[in-house]
Amino acid sequence: MEHDGISTAKVTVRVNGSSQSAAIDTRTSLLELIRQHVGLTGTKRGCNQGACGACTVLIDDQRVLSCLTLAVQADGREVTTIEGIGDTTQLHRLQSAFIDHDGFQCGYCTAGQICSGVALASEAAAGVPSVVTDDLHADEVDLSLAEIRERMSGNLCRCGAHNGIIAAISEVYGS
Amino acid sequence: MNMVQRATEALNRTLPDRAVDPLSTARRVVGQAVSRLDGPSKVTGGATFTADIDQPGLAYASMVPSRVASGRIRHIDVTRAANAPGVIDVITHHNAPAMDTPVLMTLTAKGCAFTDVAPLQDDVVRWNGQAVAVVVAESQECADSAARLVDVVYDAAPARTSFRGLLSEAVFPADVLGEPSEVSRGDVEDTLSQAAFVVDEVYTTPPHHHMAIELHATMAQWSPGDKLHVWDSTQALGRTRHSIAHAVGVPEENVTVTCRAVGGGFGNKTVWDHQLLCVAAARVTGRPVRLVLRRQDVFRMTGGRAPTWQRVALGAAPDGHLQALVHDSVTGIVHENSPEQVSVPARHLYASDTYRIGQKKVVLDVVPNASMRAPGDSVGSFALESAIDELAGHLGIDPIELRSRNEPAVDPTEGTRFSKRHLMEAYRRGAERFGWPDRNRVPGARRDGRWLVGHGTASAFYPYIRMPGGKARIRITADGHAVVTAAANDMGMGTETVQVQHAAERLGLPLDRVSFEFGDSTLPDSPIAAGSAQTASLVITVAQAAEELKKVLLRRAPRHSALHGLKPADVVFRDGGLYRVSDPAQGVSFETLVGEVRHVDAVGSSPMLPLEFMKYSMHGYGAHFCEVRVDATTGETRVSRWVACIDAGRIINPKTAASQIRGAVIMGIGSALMEEGLVDSRAGRTVTASAADYHMPVHADVCDIDVSFLDIPDPLTPMGVHGVGEIGIVGVAAAIANAVHNATGVRVRDLPITLDKIIDGGAAR
Repeated sequence: MEHDGISTAKVTVRVNGSSQSAAIDTRTSLLELIRQHVGLTGTKRGCNQGACGACTVLIDDQRVLSCLTLAVQADGREVTTIEGIGDTTQLHRLQSAFIDHDGFQCGYCTAGQICSGVALASEAAAGVPSVVTDDLHADEVDLSLAEIRERMSGNLCRCGAHNGIIAAISEVYGS
Repeated sequence: MNMVQRATEALNRTLPDRAVDPLSTARRVVGQAVSRLDGPSKVTGGATFTADIDQPGLAYASMVPSRVASGRIRHIDVTRAANAPGVIDVITHHNAPAMDTPVLMTLTAKGCAFTDVAPLQDDVVRWNGQAVAVVVAESQECADSAARLVDVVYDAAPARTSFRGLLSEAVFPADVLGEPSEVSRGDVEDTLSQAAFVVDEVYTTPPHHHMAIELHATMAQWSPGDKLHVWDSTQALGRTRHSIAHAVGVPEENVTVTCRAVGGGFGNKTVWDHQLLCVAAARVTGRPVRLVLRRQDVFRMTGGRAPTWQRVALGAAPDGHLQALVHDSVTGIVHENSPEQVSVPARHLYASDTYRIGQKKVVLDVVPNASMRAPGDSVGSFALESAIDELAGHLGIDPIELRSRNEPAVDPTEGTRFSKRHLMEAYRRGAERFGWPDRNRVPGARRDGRWLVGHGTASAFYPYIRMPGGKARIRITADGHAVVTAAANDMGMGTETVQVQHAAERLGLPLDRVSFEFGDSTLPDSPIAAGSAQTASLVITVAQAAEELKKVLLRRAPRHSALHGLKPADVVFRDGGLYRVSDPAQGVSFETLVGEVRHVDAVGSSPMLPLEFMKYSMHGYGAHFCEVRVDATTGETRVSRWVACIDAGRIINPKTAASQIRGAVIMGIGSALMEEGLVDSRAGRTVTASAADYHMPVHADVCDIDVSFLDIPDPLTPMGVHGVGEIGIVGVAAAIANAVHNATGVRVRDLPITLDKIIDGGAAR
């Protein structure tokens, strides 16, 4: 489709369990679909080039960088954002652990850190190895501190809340 | 120093000190490890950052960066961009609204810009990456796309972009933050030449970037009557308002600046060209406009830490007694900008018979440098604290013992008494936590498989600063709650949490009956969050507001009540009310005192200029200890253990304060091992302009960091506090350099300490 010289497409995405349809500029990233069109601003833009992890969301329970994902690629898929992980009336246990361990300061990278944390737990449970995994054929990978640090290294934090982030993830998912 | 300053100092020395704040030792709420009050909103994505705010009819802006470092725009053609889909307008120097100069950041002025040249006012290009046009469109996608279609032809001029190539042209700046650019005593070079033990080396550091994860964001909206509302990711609400009002030429009271949450600041969320361009775009289009910098714009349109060249020369007697201390330095800056005060630590850390400590500047055609976490002190301490370690090695004296032998009795260059100084106690406790006696003593001697293991230590240091000015309001509501308001800033330090703790302690209330409202310039004006000064600056204004509140409440005391006719000195805040000092059982609750009205308000102002740090030497101190493991083949360096023991006065919240220290240590690890802003000196262009190219520590690079505080109040500061945001980075790079030397025998004096430098030094094999 074309509208005022702009190529557009209709996408339908389930976001946090609710079906969302929009006619969008085909250049729109999943990040901007979520923020601008669905109106959920918990997911953040930190670099828009896939280098910082602040925009991490889950597509069908796997973590993706929403700034590097075109919205049209998510058509028909199930997207989970930080707002779908838990809310202030019912925090996810990882969200509670982030507060307990002071796993954030400014809070800007936090949504991405938490989405990554939730996803890495299921990756390890499925036996997906990382560069520090000793047994590449294990059915399930134990989440040691080294495993968690390695698997979280795509999520940058500049305030330096690393210790609290890793402690929180380890408390909830660690071996 | 001019005559007025001299006279003020002389007068100031005769004035009595302010009484010690009785809350310095209070422990009911202050001193407790309270979790951040904004935690639930931040872990659920509910906190509102500037780019999250929408407005009906919002338009989107994108900037066009210059491709040359110096010269003029010969021709700029916006035809293709203006005709692109969705474009509303394109603004260049031909059609930009007239703007006055932005107000520069100084301690006393009210501005917070790092360049005093307004954008798009002429055809001159001053650095590579400076905005030469702004495209405004109906969507961000349209704006970004059209920004690539602006055609610019430049007449490039020779540019000064190579810091190291221009060192010979260095000159003294007028001053260094109001202090002389060089201080000296005795014939230091002659003393040096006769000293039994000498270190005389050059240390260099590259440009660093703040790299806050939040991209700088602004939204501007004009309304009738020349009213302007700016939502901005700023760490200085009041100064941003002043700078913008001055530049666009409207009365300050016409401008409102709002910022509830900032995604990291570190000194660079101040006023740059983009806010003024966003305001101009909103003016030209008549629409609310949002402008969010692209990541590469953050690197090229907002400044970082200046590059430095530093010579440190130390001369000592065989017992370690310092006879000569030279710290000559040069920093690369933009005209009269902040000089990157690298010479500050050497002015206060060591007693030496003779000294010369100073700094020069080289003026460059680059994006203006900004203050970055412990500006000057962090990279200055790398040189000084590396040299002290080198001297300890030559002398065969433990580096902590060497520092102990050169502890000054009074401030070594100013001669003033210390308000408090517990540096050696920090070393003692830190050494115990680290296990310093078990350290590796012979460089290169300890090995664990492929890893060479080394240990290092260095001093942390940071000045105590309290900003002049500022107000705060306390409102007591009819249900006995307190609402404290100030136009303060929170970039992640925990401002809200610690100010609620402070006010709860001050007013005798439980935490859940106190709230803190901040982040909007319509609230009582509050100083910039910088210089690790916000906490002390706020505490003193809130304390003043509490004293005013006593007066207001006493006037409302019923005739028959226990408080009738009493004076403020006769009462204390306790248990949700005011009570007699002479008879603690006699008091009246806030609910009763507020009575029939909805609330009672009192406003406090900062009581006086911060003259205390002219009379005393007031600084925070600390001791860093680290263990590094260096791969014997590749030179790869990993930091495996860290202990920081910090002497930063009274700690209001050990949980959030420890996080600040950890964050600073991690930024310091980055500066030591990986962070390096690279400028292509042919084009003056920053080439490390992304989070992928500018390397900073990731989770895999960060070990557990053990932080402890001496928690000893400074008798001269509000509630005994010092700031904790910056001190933690000072000394980190030196501690790592010292540990790398201890591990390998290789001394790297040029940051960052990368593999090649260790291999070239001959360690790896």
